[in-house]
Parts: sequence; structure tokens; C-alpha cells
Amino acid sequence: MTEFKPTILAFCCNWCSYAGADLAGVSRLQMPPNVHVVRVMCSASVKPEYVMKAISQGIDGVLVLGCHIGDCHYMTGNHRTAKRIPVVQKILKDIGLDEKRVRLDWVSAAEGEKFQKVIVEFVGEVAKLGPNPLKEVRF
Amino acid sequence: MPRIGVFICHCGHNIASTVSVEDVVRFASTLPGVVFAGHNLYSCSEDGLNSIMKSIEQNELDRVVVAACTPRTHEPLFRSMCERAGVNKYLFEFVNIREHCSWIHAKEPADATEKAKRLVAMGVSKAALLEPQVEGESNVTPTALVIGGGLAGLTATASLAAQGIETHLVEKEPRLGGRLNDISTLAPYSEDASTLLEQLVDEVMGSEMAHVHLDTKLQDVTGFVGSFNVVLNEAGKKKELRAGAIIVATGALDFVPTGEYGYGDVAGVVTQIEFEKALKRGEKPGRVVFIQCVGSRQPGREYCSRICCNTSLKNALKVVEAGGTATIVHRDIMSSGTVWEELYRNASEKGVQFIRYMLGDPPRIHREAAGIVAEIYDEALGEKIQIETDRVVLATPLISREDSAEVGKLLKVPRDKHGFFLEAHVKLRPIEFATDGVFVCGCARWPSSAKETMSQALGAAAKAAIPIKRGKVVIEAITAWADADKCAGCGNCVASCPYEAIELVEHEGKKIAKVNETQCKGCGTCVAACPNDAMQQRGFTTRQLSAMIDSLVKHALEESL
Repeated sequence: MTEFKPTILAFCCNWCSYAGADLAGVSRLQMPPNVHVVRVMCSASVKPEYVMKAISQGIDGVLVLGCHIGDCHYMTGNHRTAKRIPVVQKILKDIGLDEKRVRLDWVSAAEGEKFQKVIVEFVGEVAKLGPNPLKEVRF
Repeated sequence: MPRIGVFICHCGHNIASTVSVEDVVRFASTLPGVVFAGHNLYSCSEDGLNSIMKSIEQNELDRVVVAACTPRTHEPLFRSMCERAGVNKYLFEFVNIREHCSWIHAKEPADATEKAKRLVAMGVSKAALLEPQVEGESNVTPTALVIGGGLAGLTATASLAAQGIETHLVEKEPRLGGRLNDISTLAPYSEDASTLLEQLVDEVMGSEMAHVHLDTKLQDVTGFVGSFNVVLNEAGKKKELRAGAIIVATGALDFVPTGEYGYGDVAGVVTQIEFEKALKRGEKPGRVVFIQCVGSRQPGREYCSRICCNTSLKNALKVVEAGGTATIVHRDIMSSGTVWEELYRNASEKGVQFIRYMLGDPPRIHREAAGIVAEIYDEALGEKIQIETDRVVLATPLISREDSAEVGKLLKVPRDKHGFFLEAHVKLRPIEFATDGVFVCGCARWPSSAKETMSQALGAAAKAAIPIKRGKVVIEAITAWADADKCAGCGNCVASCPYEAIELVEHEGKKIAKVNETQCKGCGTCVAACPNDAMQQRGFTTRQLSAMIDSLVKHALEESL
């Protein structure tokens, strides 16, 4: 059996976490090539529907990364993210999926190493969970 | 059907040594809507840009995708290239295959190439749905507001007024000058602080363009760059004015020790600012021990306040010159830079003593009949020494003002974890906030020397003058709008907007959301708050982002590339 390589989607806010990902790149911090970053202006613009859509269509894991609380470029945008994503995680649990397939974290523009750490950890966690069971029965 | 052109950048070896650019080009040319796929050695070079522009013309492209580095640095360049080639700049999409791919998967070229393909596919799927945008413009009130009448605020006000811009300077105390009133001389050359202050105050008070509001607090600010509505509380009376730009120059406070080193108990133990006042009164300094980093560079307040070492060096020299003795007990002397290093050397040569202590073993201070005794574990000697002294000066850090939280909230600008204001970008935008039209200078941002404060204030004044002199401001077309057909008027978006940019209005017999585009900052919070998919953000519509997800599903899960 070949090793399972999860497919992961990451939403990064333009001001902190996307910049943190850029810094990880500039610093040549190596990480598994499973994560696909989509840039949004604020983590608060990530509709729970996007996360549900990705998971329901078989994406193995979704990351939502924003600025640290208190550092949001839009002042309090990430406060909403902090409330929304746990709701998505609860829905996943309620429908029998592992809520660890969705992770919310904060990465500042100065935290290239934190970005790397989050990616390595998350890819490892999702790899342990195995393929998203919805991959075969996509709705 | 859109006509999409995809340009994959080698970035020299930066991308091409890991990602097979030719492979990605071949793949890109098979994607729906793509009529041209090519590659460039350096897309951002003059040659690269010219070749892309030529290709846009030859292939009649109406969407441009560049897969290269990060939009955070290069998007403006490629957007303006599109404009030059006659393509609306909002029909450009950036795909990051360097920072987010080749550089971080350097040892996995095959996987990196596959990932680059998927990222390009996602970008192309979004590009197909991009729409041309028209950037809005709004008028600018030709007036500036400066908050804080210390060195930073006075310098900024004087500069704006000299440029012929009507400027309101708000100071909450009954007099101008802030901390400068208490300082005797300025490091490194020991200029008289009151001379500088008097000059600045004269310049501001003497200008017809500057209006000083003393005993005045900021009560409310609404609006946006070009037209801020400001409510002041001037000595108990409400006053309203409009401003096109705002400069925050609220300064900082000196940390007051809470019992450290006998402060408050042992007579003669004072803070640096209290010592400055004593020098200003003309007191003879006598024997002085300076203790550095009192309340800074320690757990809970980790930062270095930057100005305290130089202030102690300057004052230690004054002590020695007045016939006294000076000892600086420090953890590290932070006096980097040409003039400051010279100040340090000068102090050493003139007989100022330096003793290093460790955070875990600070000096102990007690009073005896002959004077104050400082007991210090000298790290270099490896033993305890005792110094008899007349004064102990505690070099305490500058800390953020408590009321800066209120100012930050009113202006909707962020502060860091220590309460200092946070600039938009540490290097690219060091004296402006991410909120357009609001600028910052001086110690409100970070502990700064008088010279740095003045430089920043002049910079902030120059920046603030830009929208005012232009008379118009451009609004980036990433603003939100509400689809009138889908909107049910629930008001979730109104409540979620951090900028109060959305209101409910009557529309064909029902209430719907309406976005004030000059006030919208394009965060997209309302988009996620909308239960009806009625709120959309330009450049980040739900269709565009859904298409990216679909594309990832298609290329990662359905097809082996």
C-alpha cells in the first residue's frame, strides 16, 4: 500500500498568516507539499460553507489561519473566526467525522516558524486520521 | 468564454530548480479558458513584462494569471502591467509557487511540480470568474487633525501648517509639550529641551493654519480617509470638525516602579524623569548610581525601551562634568548607532563607571547614615561590591498610555501586546496604519529618541499631506456589495462590519443592506456573516472561492495529473 498523502486546503488572511507563510518560504523552512493556500483578506471572510464544501467533497483537511487575537488588521475580524470555526468543527463531529480535520490557528506575519510547525503538525494529524471517508461518497 | 493567459515564472533558479516549469506550462495550456501558456526567466524584469504584454496583445487575452512569487510584494507591478496592456487590473490573478511551493519543498521536486499545477489550476479557475472593476474616488476635506501636543504632535502640526494645510492640534493637558516639559537636555548633544519646545510652540501658535485645542479629548471619530467626522470635548464643551487625515501622536508614559530598589521608601531613589526635573531645576547631582532596565527586558515586559541607556549616558556625563561621580549599573548597554556609540565611548573616557548585573541578581539598595548604599553583584569580578551614593536613578522604560486603548478604538487602529500602536507594515509602511488616512509617529508607536520622533512626525505630516494635496482618494475595488435580490434584510452584515460601513435601506418595498464603499475596507467579514449568500466581496466572491475549491477537488482527488 502506498503512503497516504492527505490533500489539504488552507485559508490564510492577507495581513498575517499569508505573510507568515511567505516568511516561511523566504526562510526556506521545509514542509510537506500537501497544503494549498487560498488568500483571503481576513480569516473572518471564510464562510463556514467553504470549509463544509471542501470536506464534503473529500478534501482531507482544512486549515483556517488568521492574525493573533488583538492583532487583526480589521480590528475584531478574527474574533468572529474564533467563534465560527468551532461551530464547523462541532458540525463535523455531529455528522460522524473527526473534528480534527478542521483546524483554526493564529500565525503572525513574523511567525514563519509557527506556520511551518502548524503545517507539519496538521499534515501529520490528518495523515493519521486517514483519507476523508466522504471522498468515495461525495455529495 | 474568457481568454486566459498563464505565465509561469522561473524566477531564475528559485522556482525552476525545484518545479518543472515546462511541465506546469504544458498542464496550464490544457485548463479551461486558457488560450496561451508561457514562461519567463524573470517575469518581473522589463523583458518579462514586455513579453507578457506582447502576448496579451497577440492572443487577445482578457485574463492574466502569473504564477511566480507573492502578491504581497509584486501584485501592484503586474496589475499596472495589465493596465498598460489594456486589461483591467482587476482581471489579474497571482499564483504563489515560490514562497508557497518551490522554496518550501526544495527536496521534493516531483511533488512540488504537482502542487504547482494544482495551485495554477485553482488560480485559473478563479481568474475565469474575475470581473473588471472601477476604482471609486472620494473627495478630501483639506484639513488635518493631530492628536497629542508633545514633540511628535507639535512637529507634525508645524510641518502641516507650513505646507499651507489647516491643522487642528488636540492636547488633553492644559499646556503643550508633553514629556518634553520635564526633560532638561536631549541626548546625545545635550541641547536644551526647553529651547526646542519654545521654538516649536512659537511656530505652531504663530501660524494662521494651526489651531490648538488644549484641555481637549477625542470623543468620537467616524468616517474614512478624506472625510473623518471628529467630535472633541474641549474643556467640557462639545466641538465638531471634519478632517481629511489624522495623525496619532499621543506619546507614552514613564513606568513608575512599584517598590523596586526602595523606590518610594528610600529618599534619593528617583526615576530618570524625576532626575531630569531635578537637573532642570539646577540641582547639583553629586554621586549618582543609575540602574538600567528597571521594569523592562523581564518577563511581562520583555521589550527594550531603547532610549533609557542613551539618557543615562547623557545624564552620567552631566554628573561627571558637574564634579560628581556616575556609575551605570546595566544588563547590556544598548547605544547602537554612530552618535550613540560615541556617547558611550565619551562617557567611558570621562570616567563614568559601568557595572553589569544579571536579571536574576539585581542590585540591592538601602540607606545608611553616610548615604545610600548600592550592593551590586559585579558579574565581571565575580563578587559583591558596595557603592556609596547620594542618588539612585532608576531608568524605567516608556510604557504605553492607558488611554491609547480608547484612541485606538475610536480610530479603529490596532495596538501591539504592550499597548503601543501597530503600524501597517514594519518596513513598507512604518508610519501609517492599515486604516487609510491615519498615521502614527513618536513614542505612541514605540519608545523613540527626540530625533527619531521628529523624523517620524515629519514623515507622518508628509504622508498625511498626500491625500489632502491630491484632493481625491482612490478606493481599492475589493469592497463588498449586497445582491438586492438575495438580501433578506436580516442585518447580520450590519452588526458584523467593524467599520460601520453597512446600513439597511428601503429598496422596492423591502429593507436591504447597502455598503458605503468609501467606508468599506474590504475585509469580507460581512460575506461570511450573510446567511443568504447576498453579501459579496469584489475579487473574492463566493463563486470565485468555490471555483478554487472545486478545482482543488478536481485536480487533487479526481485526476492524477
